[in-house]
Amino acid sequence: MREVAIIGTGLVTFGEMWSKSLRQLWTEAALNALEDAGVDAVDFITVGCMSSGLFTGQEHLVSLLADELGVAGVPAMRVESACASGGLSLRAAFAEVASGLADVALVTGVEKMTDVDGSDATYALGTAADQEWEGFHGITFPGLYAMLARIHMAEYGTTSKQMAQVAVKNHANGLLNPHAQYHLKVGVDDVLGSTLVADPLHLLDCSPITDGAAALVIASVERAKEIAGDRPMIKITGSGMATDTISLANRADLSELAAVRLAGERAYAMAGREPADIHVAEVHDCFTIAEIMATEALGFFERGEGGPAVKRGLTALDGKIPVNTSGGLKAKGHPVGATGVAQVAEIVTQLRGEAGQRQVQGARIGLAQNMGGSGGSSVVHILEVE
Amino acid sequence: MSVGIVGYGAFIPRRRIKVEEIAKVWGADAPSYKRGLQLNEKSVPGADEDTITMSVEATRNALSRSRGVDPADIGCVYVGSESHPYAVKPSGTIVAEAIGAVPEIHIADLEFACKAGTEGLFLAQSLVKAGDVTYGLGIGADTSQGAPGDALEYSAAAGAAAFIFGADEDRILAEVVDTYSWTTDTPDFWRREYMHYPRHGSRFTGEPAYFRHSMSSASGMMKKAGLEPGDFAYAVFHQPNGKFPMRVGKMLGFTEDQLKTGWLSPWLGNTYSGASPVGLTAILDVAAPGDLILLTSFGSGAGSDSFVFRTTDKLPEVQELAPQTRPQLDENKIYVDYGTYAKLRGKIRMAE
Amino acid sequence: MFSPARAWREFPRRYRLEASRCEGCSKILYPARLVCPSCGGREFTDETLPRDGKILTFTVVRVPPAGFTEQTPLPIALVELDNGARVMVQVGDVEDPDTLEIGTPIRLEFRRVSWDGEAGVIFYGHKAVPA
Repeated sequence: MREVAIIGTGLVTFGEMWSKSLRQLWTEAALNALEDAGVDAVDFITVGCMSSGLFTGQEHLVSLLADELGVAGVPAMRVESACASGGLSLRAAFAEVASGLADVALVTGVEKMTDVDGSDATYALGTAADQEWEGFHGITFPGLYAMLARIHMAEYGTTSKQMAQVAVKNHANGLLNPHAQYHLKVGVDDVLGSTLVADPLHLLDCSPITDGAAALVIASVERAKEIAGDRPMIKITGSGMATDTISLANRADLSELAAVRLAGERAYAMAGREPADIHVAEVHDCFTIAEIMATEALGFFERGEGGPAVKRGLTALDGKIPVNTSGGLKAKGHPVGATGVAQVAEIVTQLRGEAGQRQVQGARIGLAQNMGGSGGSSVVHILEVE
Repeated sequence: MSVGIVGYGAFIPRRRIKVEEIAKVWGADAPSYKRGLQLNEKSVPGADEDTITMSVEATRNALSRSRGVDPADIGCVYVGSESHPYAVKPSGTIVAEAIGAVPEIHIADLEFACKAGTEGLFLAQSLVKAGDVTYGLGIGADTSQGAPGDALEYSAAAGAAAFIFGADEDRILAEVVDTYSWTTDTPDFWRREYMHYPRHGSRFTGEPAYFRHSMSSASGMMKKAGLEPGDFAYAVFHQPNGKFPMRVGKMLGFTEDQLKTGWLSPWLGNTYSGASPVGLTAILDVAAPGDLILLTSFGSGAGSDSFVFRTTDKLPEVQELAPQTRPQLDENKIYVDYGTYAKLRGKIRMAE
Repeated sequence: MFSPARAWREFPRRYRLEASRCEGCSKILYPARLVCPSCGGREFTDETLPRDGKILTFTVVRVPPAGFTEQTPLPIALVELDNGARVMVQVGDVEDPDTLEIGTPIRLEFRRVSWDGEAGVIFYGHKAVPA
């Protein structure tokens, strides 16, 4: 297995992009990444997308999108792992390049969610849960995370206020991110006063419905030196993926996100790193409780300490381990398939020192954690700059 | 050969609405409705309850009291209701599937306004008597609808009662001594296909319908069986409101003591096909061995089924093996307001 | 997805709470599967779930998915039954959802779970009601 580097990133603004179709969003992000990387040809394309079928009636994205980019003929792969599709897209391309099957790959993620109404969007998102034994009863995603929140609150004393502080932090960071869906200042009272969606989660505890696309160009380190030798070399040093039971009823321990823990352990092992080595992290905050539980699962904090950590500012921009400098899914938006790729793009930006007002000083080792459903799958990548 | 009830059970939903709450919305005079109809409150099914769900739970209670009847040995299921969830597709098959009585079984749904339940009981016990089935299940259940603002809105309620009939001496809790039906074509209350709410002939539903048929059926039953009112420990009539069953009972010569145990409508409302059957379960819950019980139902259209039951010494052994009827009526009640009631009963026009 | 064929396939599990017990490690599987997730076993015996249990965790869904508007607000719980099996079910007959707690005892009752509008199939199953 040879070393792989990220040589380009490309984003589009996330939000309700009424006038842009899935193929348009994707192509713009792809072109941005190719331009940033300084390449005009790739050997392989991956597309992470949860459900173009249910949201837009379109499958067979590998054919559609290679064509849109003008590179019909290039080998491509579509991957799906619910909300972890983006992270999985990078993992698939990483494996292709690391193994030598490709030298330069375009890694993408996309989701176009606003062509359907809210209730159909909720249905489509619900397919990430166990359709027959959870969705059948009318549970929604906020509902599943609400159930996890309640257990975390009962077992560790995590509070609604601590969860709200995750939203406050991420919105504050989002204000500094030009690509974010929301540029809003949000206070704890705003979160706690927002309408209850699924007790105890409020509207502002939940990430939004978003259209968006994100892309990266990765290459073998050898090719990266040829193409982009003058820029900081950002290597993918760790990649981990894990699954867990899809339904909450079958989880071994409802107070942890085991898929995140396992994916993290695998990434740390490959990178030869520990949680304390990480300088900056993008963590999957589909709901505020998810960020708290993920930071525990990634080993940044002991079990049960994730809530107090947010309260003490440990994960703020100027904290001990800044989490979600991009604004997270909460403020940046959550175009499902694009999220995992956008998380990595943010880490690359941080490691390049190009994050402007969001910059974490001296960030050299970063981590991106992407998660599907109620924790049924997770993908973790560790990046380091030389 | 004797045939009788070997298991019985009722199910009453937990929600209630008071007469005052309904009257308030329509500007009606609650006290006069309460006095005139002898009604205080009625049961309201949840959005998740219907004739089938209540029938299943009532049948489970009947099976508990049957002390070991194997559902696979039930040879027929008849569900009588005027609120079957499907117009085409039987309620009976879902009940039978839920209790494990399929596939060697006769099933049909029945409709005869409020007496579809007792028709089901009649058919089930007949098949046992004829030797065609080992056990027969007859159910009366309804989540009846009353048109908004109509008099029937105060009484239309929900409930179910299930009876398993068999011929084994050591299982019979109440023997069917005799049966009698009195039926004519009388258009007192009807609902055309595809219409939401039934219509009725107002005062025409009284003497020419309810009273004429109930009186003829009950007196015909007693004559056929060679019995008089004084021979009975209990009598239960169809109870569309609190007033009618008491009046017809007294007209026939029964006392308040004989009538009061099965008299549930002032607090339950009219559970239509469940009405007299649920009343019967309340009697069976407390009857002693050797008691004679008269059941006389009434269904608009119109007809009246009568049964004479005699309880056995097996009955006291099973009365407590499943939730009893009076506690279901009196305890754990959830009161709803009219808006919630209208939402639950599908009276609010939802988006397409 | 309101599919009559799929609904029918699931009747034994939804209507009669039929489950399996792994012969290798005694784990209860509901619904039944081909492979035991605990020990990888492939041999099972039939078992019916008990109807009594308690709430492990729950929520009250106030923004419902399509098809559940009439039942909103919708309490849904992860329930542990007396034999250790865990199931997700709606909680019915709750006057005030704020009174539900982790540990509230429940009983499973036969109820409508969802239905495909005014003209489609009705899906029956079990819901938890406060015991």
